[in-house]
Amino acid sequence: MNRLLFRLSFVVMIFMLCGIGFADEALTLEGIKEELQTNLNIVWTCIAAFLVFFMQAGFAMVETGFTRAKNSVNILMKNLMDFSVGSLAFFLVGFGLMFGVSNGLFGTSMFGLSGTEPGGDWNWTFLIFQTVFAATAATIVSGAMAERTKFISYLIYSAAITLLIYPIFGSWAWGNLLLTDNNSWLANLGFHDFAGSTVVHSVGGWLALAGAIMLGPRLGKFGPDKKPRAILGHNLPLAALGVFILWFGWFGFNPGSTTVGDGSIGYIAVTTNLAAAAGAVMALITSWTLLKKPDISMALNGALAGLVAITAPCDGVSPIGAIIIGLIAGILVVLSVLFFDHIVKVDDPVGAVSVHGVNGLWGTLSYGLFAMDGGLFYGGGFRQLGVQLLGAATAFVWAFGLGIVLFGILSKTVGLRVSPEEELKGLDIGEHGMEAYSGFQIFSTT
Amino acid sequence: MKLIIAYIQPHKLEDVKNALAKEEVAKMSVTNSLGCGAQKGYHESYRGVTFDVNLLKKVRLEIAVNEDFVERTINAIIKAARTGTIGDGKIFVMELADCIRIRTGERGSKAIG
Repeated sequence: MNRLLFRLSFVVMIFMLCGIGFADEALTLEGIKEELQTNLNIVWTCIAAFLVFFMQAGFAMVETGFTRAKNSVNILMKNLMDFSVGSLAFFLVGFGLMFGVSNGLFGTSMFGLSGTEPGGDWNWTFLIFQTVFAATAATIVSGAMAERTKFISYLIYSAAITLLIYPIFGSWAWGNLLLTDNNSWLANLGFHDFAGSTVVHSVGGWLALAGAIMLGPRLGKFGPDKKPRAILGHNLPLAALGVFILWFGWFGFNPGSTTVGDGSIGYIAVTTNLAAAAGAVMALITSWTLLKKPDISMALNGALAGLVAITAPCDGVSPIGAIIIGLIAGILVVLSVLFFDHIVKVDDPVGAVSVHGVNGLWGTLSYGLFAMDGGLFYGGGFRQLGVQLLGAATAFVWAFGLGIVLFGILSKTVGLRVSPEEELKGLDIGEHGMEAYSGFQIFSTT
Repeated sequence: MKLIIAYIQPHKLEDVKNALAKEEVAKMSVTNSLGCGAQKGYHESYRGVTFDVNLLKKVRLEIAVNEDFVERTINAIIKAARTGTIGDGKIFVMELADCIRIRTGERGSKAIG
């Protein structure tokens, strides 16, 4: 009763301030409620977008920390530029391809958000929220291609992913989020990717795999006997800071994807956090068992793996389901890092493919298993799992295939990789003529 | 007894260590050093201002050896550190007056091996 009185007095106050008559229909209690909810949604979605933006800092720190000092300027520059180039490209083209009126394959309107008046329209909130997601997909690739990629090639790649690769796939899974009549074929089949295990992380991860394959390993990564050698990251405190920032940002990434200010924020924050924690713990246990020592770099990757995995199913699984999904992610990420190092012999300096590609795949499939509504383990049969598999497989073919083509074209034209001399000296001096730690004597003998 | 001091490119250290290990030379000290020689430096720029960097990063190896190891050590370093381009480095060889192992008090050739 008190709340009602409070609301009414609030209403009266607004009338007096605005001098609007009572006759206006929007000013009924229902109308006020609706407007409050709309504004709450906008505020929450914007806060979530700002949290996701901060993940860029997390990626920058993780990647810098896990690589050598002589390439720090280059990594930071790549992280700054993939967000900046990506924001422009996504605003001008990508958003329209992803969310505009669809022709069945991609959107064809709303480029540069044309048709939306500057002002308080929901579309603007939606645009900034989707921009930071697109930039997240773009920045995943930077780590896997670290320490050997030509800067100009990376810039071109950054534009390509946010212009075309990400939004077109996105339109298949999420194209009906804004214009609900849009025909998004994966979404119509019931494909469930709540916040982007596939749309954001797998797409980024499989592109990263294509990039790492096309580049080849860093000099000295594999010995003459083809055995992998450790190339130590130069600053694990920075890497740890980056992972905490990413974890923090994920509270915008997953709970924000409701784009609604209500109790689901708290629930999704819980499932997200449980999976991340379980991922870190299980990566610790796995690395301790297999490698004999608790490896901080693996545990950090484990937290991220749990976060990536829970991204697709975070709204539809139980807390116990979330824990199991995270635990499996923690095992998968360690095995995957070892698999790419020892068996496939693809050099991924920060484990981006294992974290985002492999666990994006796992997270997407896990919804088919653990969804409380329609999951295999809840008696829902195989249908949902099948659709999840179809979506994840499509993402692989699309992103990995286009990645190979794109990086192939780049290596034939502007060149993908720096010269061996430059790689040895470091990209900071070679590409940017600058050092990250001037005044410190940092030597690298690898 | 001789003291061999070699300045090499930092990224050649692994190769040189491996080559020395093959010649059964396992004892050495390695320090980082800055130096300039015939190799030209490079340009860096900071906020629009360019400057030359001509003190380049090198790695300094110090190896004390008995006479019969001198040539083997020198050859191993040359073989592993040489790329044929300017900046490969230099080797200095000098007489060593004495050598004492702190733990046992041994002196001379015995202390080196």
